[in-house]
Amino acid sequence: MGNRIIETDNLTVSYGSIAAVKVISFHVEQGEIVALIGANGAGKTSTLRALSGMTTYGGRVSFMGRDLRGVAAHKIVGMGMAHVPEGRGIFGNLTVLENLKLATWQRRDKKEVAADYDRIFNIFPRLKERRQQSAGTLSGGEQQMLAVGRALMSKGTMLLLDEPSMGLSPLLAQEIFSMLAELNRAGTTILLVEQNANMALRLADRCYVLETGIIVLEGTGKELIGNPQVKEAYLGT
Amino acid sequence: MKARLWPIILIAAGFILSFAIPYFGLLDLYVQMILIYICINIILALSLNLINGYMGEFSVGHAGFMSAGAYISAIITVKCLSSASAAWLFPFAVIAGGVGAALLGLIVAIPSFRTRGDYLAIVTLAFNMIIKSVLENIDAVGGARGFLGMDKLTTLPVAFFWTLITIWVIRNFIYSNYGRGVLSIREDEIASDLMSVNTKQVKLLAFVISSFFAGVAGGLFAHLLQFINPRMFDIIKSTDILIMVYLGGIGSIAGSILGATVYTLLLEILRPLEIWRMVIMPLILIFLMLFRPRGIMGLKELTWFVPVLDRINSNRGVKGIRKWFS
Repeated sequence: MGNRIIETDNLTVSYGSIAAVKVISFHVEQGEIVALIGANGAGKTSTLRALSGMTTYGGRVSFMGRDLRGVAAHKIVGMGMAHVPEGRGIFGNLTVLENLKLATWQRRDKKEVAADYDRIFNIFPRLKERRQQSAGTLSGGEQQMLAVGRALMSKGTMLLLDEPSMGLSPLLAQEIFSMLAELNRAGTTILLVEQNANMALRLADRCYVLETGIIVLEGTGKELIGNPQVKEAYLGT
Repeated sequence: MKARLWPIILIAAGFILSFAIPYFGLLDLYVQMILIYICINIILALSLNLINGYMGEFSVGHAGFMSAGAYISAIITVKCLSSASAAWLFPFAVIAGGVGAALLGLIVAIPSFRTRGDYLAIVTLAFNMIIKSVLENIDAVGGARGFLGMDKLTTLPVAFFWTLITIWVIRNFIYSNYGRGVLSIREDEIASDLMSVNTKQVKLLAFVISSFFAGVAGGLFAHLLQFINPRMFDIIKSTDILIMVYLGGIGSIAGSILGATVYTLLLEILRPLEIWRMVIMPLILIFLMLFRPRGIMGLKELTWFVPVLDRINSNRGVKGIRKWFS
């Protein structure tokens, strides 16, 4: 048993009378890449939203041993959980630099912030080239890089990624995924939500398969790639 | 270096002119009055631009805040101070009006946490109507008849000074950490929350600053006209301010200055047309919206209003984080 960074206990999320997530219990350990896969409406995004305090939920969510109930979203970010939302949430009329700077909104450690700019620009040299450009003019892949870079700027040690491959060509998606693997090697724990099950399973250490708000399968990435049920439902033949 | 010197020269020239014009009577009183109106309208447009342009909310009750500032400062100078001391303490009366308006802004800000866009527009509209009816029913301030007895304390230098203060404060706010938070709310509120921006705090602050300056403008307005009544601060007045903001361009200080100036001047120039003025003016607006939907400036900013460090290609790289701003 490693060190559990995220642990949910009977998590439920409902919008009105519709239950998007019906009782989910899972955990993420320090240094892992965990993927939540499943079809549209399986409750993946809702789960992430609950984790980062963007929606009300039932059950218990703890982050680094601390119960997150009642903690405001911006405080959760300050604790080191960075959420890259679905559709990236880029501030299109602001420059790349301003986007990155916004993520340091609560940080007072100026020296480390300066070092983090260097680090991000090292990982994503493309962002450095385009730092004065308004973020809306970036290509999809660059926007995704910016979204991830921004999450890292908020001193995120735990990354929640909602469909990082959305709207990207397979080649670009591959590029993003290898960057994620690299980040993970450097010590970032990652919780990934994906529709592209194939790529997610290859990258992830462990996987949970969601179907209409419940976990139907779990296992290591390799196990699930070979699983006939997963093959049929998500990977195609 | 030259580029940094020009604004200082212009400000100094403006100050000298604002004293010289009334002292030597360089322009007739009517033109002076219009200049003061322009100053007040710039303050109003800038303060509303903070909420509608920079934060991307839609507030339509700005005249409500203005009326609070107008009445509070007028009551102070007329009822609490003697005529002689009122002249000296006028800045404090204006500030008190601003603070009163800011407190109201705080109250209006709270529903803005829950509602956005059209719904917030309704809330602020309702606020505007409420404050107007409240003022109409308080007999101590003259009710619907209005309130008078103020001395003409809003002179050209005073109006110019307050305009500069407003520009300075709002410009510094916009380019501060909080200001970036305001912009991020306009761009994507959810993402802004996820980027650790305390959106509630930011909204609260933006509303308070905006309503403070609306109150200041109200105080100046009351001591220019020397007579106020609740009808002056109805929805029509709020609409006037909205038009100035959108005419000049949202999210731009230069835009608000331009919008307020052009709108005030146009209304005066078209005055000889009498009733036709209200036909021509809306037509101009319609054409503007057709051909320049984002207003004259449209999210662009005059370089002078951008802090040196935030200018693109400013080449003022120093060390640490600053080097990325070159």
